[in-house]
Amino acid sequence: MLVIKDLHAKIEDKEILRGINLEIKPGEVHAIMGPNGAGKSTLSSVLTGNEKFEVVDGSVTFNGKDLLDLSPEDRAREGMFLSFQYPIEIPGVSMVNFMRTAVNEHRKYRGEDPISASDFLKLMRDKKKLVDIDSNLTNRSVNEGFSGGEKKKNEIFQMAMLEPKLAILDETDSGLDIDALRVVANGVNKLKSPERSTIVITHYQRLLDYIVPDYVHVLYKGRIVKSAGKELALELEEKGYDWIKKEFED
Amino acid sequence: MAEDQNKILDEVTGGEYKYGFYTDIDMDTIPKGLNEEVVRMISAIKKEPEFMLEFRLKAFRHWQTMTAPNWAHLNIPEIDFQDIIYYAAPKKKPELESMDEVDPELRATFDKLGIPLDEQKILSGVAVDAVIDSVSVKTTFKETLAEKGIIFCSISEAIQEFPDLIKKYLGSVVPHGDNFFAALNSAVFTDGSFVYIPKGVRCPMELSTYFRINAMNTGQFERTLIVADDDSYVSYLEGCTAPQRDENQLHAAIVEIVTHDRAEVKYSTVQNWYPGDKEGKGGIYNFVTKRAICKGDYSKVSWTQVETGSAITWKYPSCILQGHHSVGEFYSVAVTNNYQQADTGTKMIHLGKNTRSLIVSKGVSAGKSQNSYRGLVKVSKRAENARNFSQCDSLLLGDKCGAHTFPYLEIANNTAKVEHEATTSKIGEDQIFYCNQRGLSTEDAVGLIVNGYVKEVINQLPMEFAVEAQKLLQISLEGSVG
Ligand SMILES: Nc1ncnc2c1ncn2[C@@H]1O[C@H](COP(=O)(O)OP(=O)(O)OP(=O)(O)O)[C@@H](O)[C@H]1O
Ligand SMILES: [Mg+2]
Repeated sequence: MLVIKDLHAKIEDKEILRGINLEIKPGEVHAIMGPNGAGKSTLSSVLTGNEKFEVVDGSVTFNGKDLLDLSPEDRAREGMFLSFQYPIEIPGVSMVNFMRTAVNEHRKYRGEDPISASDFLKLMRDKKKLVDIDSNLTNRSVNEGFSGGEKKKNEIFQMAMLEPKLAILDETDSGLDIDALRVVANGVNKLKSPERSTIVITHYQRLLDYIVPDYVHVLYKGRIVKSAGKELALELEEKGYDWIKKEFED
Repeated sequence: MAEDQNKILDEVTGGEYKYGFYTDIDMDTIPKGLNEEVVRMISAIKKEPEFMLEFRLKAFRHWQTMTAPNWAHLNIPEIDFQDIIYYAAPKKKPELESMDEVDPELRATFDKLGIPLDEQKILSGVAVDAVIDSVSVKTTFKETLAEKGIIFCSISEAIQEFPDLIKKYLGSVVPHGDNFFAALNSAVFTDGSFVYIPKGVRCPMELSTYFRINAMNTGQFERTLIVADDDSYVSYLEGCTAPQRDENQLHAAIVEIVTHDRAEVKYSTVQNWYPGDKEGKGGIYNFVTKRAICKGDYSKVSWTQVETGSAITWKYPSCILQGHHSVGEFYSVAVTNNYQQADTGTKMIHLGKNTRSLIVSKGVSAGKSQNSYRGLVKVSKRAENARNFSQCDSLLLGDKCGAHTFPYLEIANNTAKVEHEATTSKIGEDQIFYCNQRGLSTEDAVGLIVNGYVKEVINQLPMEFAVEAQKLLQISLEGSVG
């Protein structure tokens, strides 16, 4: 469903992604790990169309479409979802209003009518239960004054609402307490299906105990330098990145 | 990148004025220009009692000695006061029994505005006193109100029918000598509304007037007077849009509010006059004097305004808190786009003991516009324990517009507690991208973010007005993001 070929991207003349190659098939879970500043968040920004970054080379197809040709909102409507490493606050905009607008934009894109008020409220209720999010969060303005962990939970709630084909979770586990981690992972697992794929960006093996990846990749200095099965995460946890760094320092 | 964003903002803020059209209704006009003869003619056409002619002449003579104000942040082109027609009235005389008698053109005009003056509106409990140009064409629900002793009629009618109330209150809050435009209005005003709520009466419906400037080259000088007697309550709505045209049009209205003991008046405005085109050509000049006096103890006045229109706005709804424990509130959203200039704010004058005031001002600037907040909080020597809280926020869309805040404090009593908070923010690219990532277009994102930002003020508006106001905000910023 997602094919990335030789992707190069830069910000302010600084090349951050230096030739990424990655293929994700329907239903797969890929974990991306790597030291701070390696370019993991940059990759998610570039895939979702953040215009801060400039793609200088390479191609990305998403469900057969040229992804790089689509606007950020159309990428979202095509089914790409990013759980932000740092979710943004939008003061005064209620979660209900925000989510209803988002859901309806997705429906419009698919040629469907806007959702009725009662169906929408039911959907909210169901998904809240699914990810076990507190009602008082969804009654507030988008992320405004949310704690770090609450923001992350809210990202997963939004993911549940929008039912993406490809979800990119950028360090969704950081800032979560042990219980919340389990809750969030459960939510992600419940949404798993043979058509839906997930990219999990994380620093910790712990999350991967809950969300079991099919592949683990190490991103280093803008390239994927190692790919293997889930056992790679354990190895990294144990040994850190030094051995990989050494291998690729030249 | 910055260039890109500017381009996008240009597109989003470049929305054309949607309500630009012109209605052909026969006008009864007197020649252009202003002199004592014209003032006498206006009074004569309206068959006014002697005291009104005196009132007008005094104001006119005073006006002749004054010069137009010169505010630092407004770039006001010279206005030729001799090039304005001071009286225009629809030829059809206002003795209409039902909607069928209303000029179809006029009705079409209201329809285009999406403000149908129809049975539905009446059924929903809004009495509508529609003012087109200078004479009230239609007043509804007067009888229902009359049963409660409430007077809601045109000011001309009030001058004929209730001269004692007019004599007592007209000019008592905004005397003709107050400022240049107040003097001009006092000399030549031709119509407007009068509301009187008797002792102990809660007005059972929102009173609303839709103003609309419609005659070519006709300055509009509305005059509104609201008097709330002891223990009464009324909520009054004012809203307006104007047809698109090339000449600048002057609008210099006066609104006076008087509240007696424990009375409360809520005054809400949605203002959407033609702001001029993208180059800043045309548009309405809006110089309004709005002032309330909380005369009675424990009385309260609350101004809420949503300003999106006009080429130039100069407006400071104010409260004189004379009664002990009286309360003044000011909630404002001012949106400027393209070449619009707005200089608005409020004055809270604390005279009585334990008086309180609250100011919430939200400015939104886009395009090449300039948006200024100018607020005065004055606490007099005798005003023990006065309290004020002011919150003035500015939101910028793009980097070619300006926001300015001028808080003035004059505190003569050291028991006063006055707090002022101000913030300036830019709509963040991050916020827009976050919305994009959830499937919202940038335009919808800006609309959502702006509406979120002004929510505190919109929440003060009566329900159906709030919906209109939100639509208006979206329209006025339309095109500002691709
Ligand atoms: N706006 C920017 N301007 C300049 N450099 C940037 C900008 N954004 C990111 N970078 C740089 O790009 C590199 C990759 O950053 P990125 O956020 O993708 O790392 P990451 O792998 O997600 O790291 P972490 O694990 O700490 O989240 C870093 O060196 C970072 O400083
Ligand atoms: Mg990161």
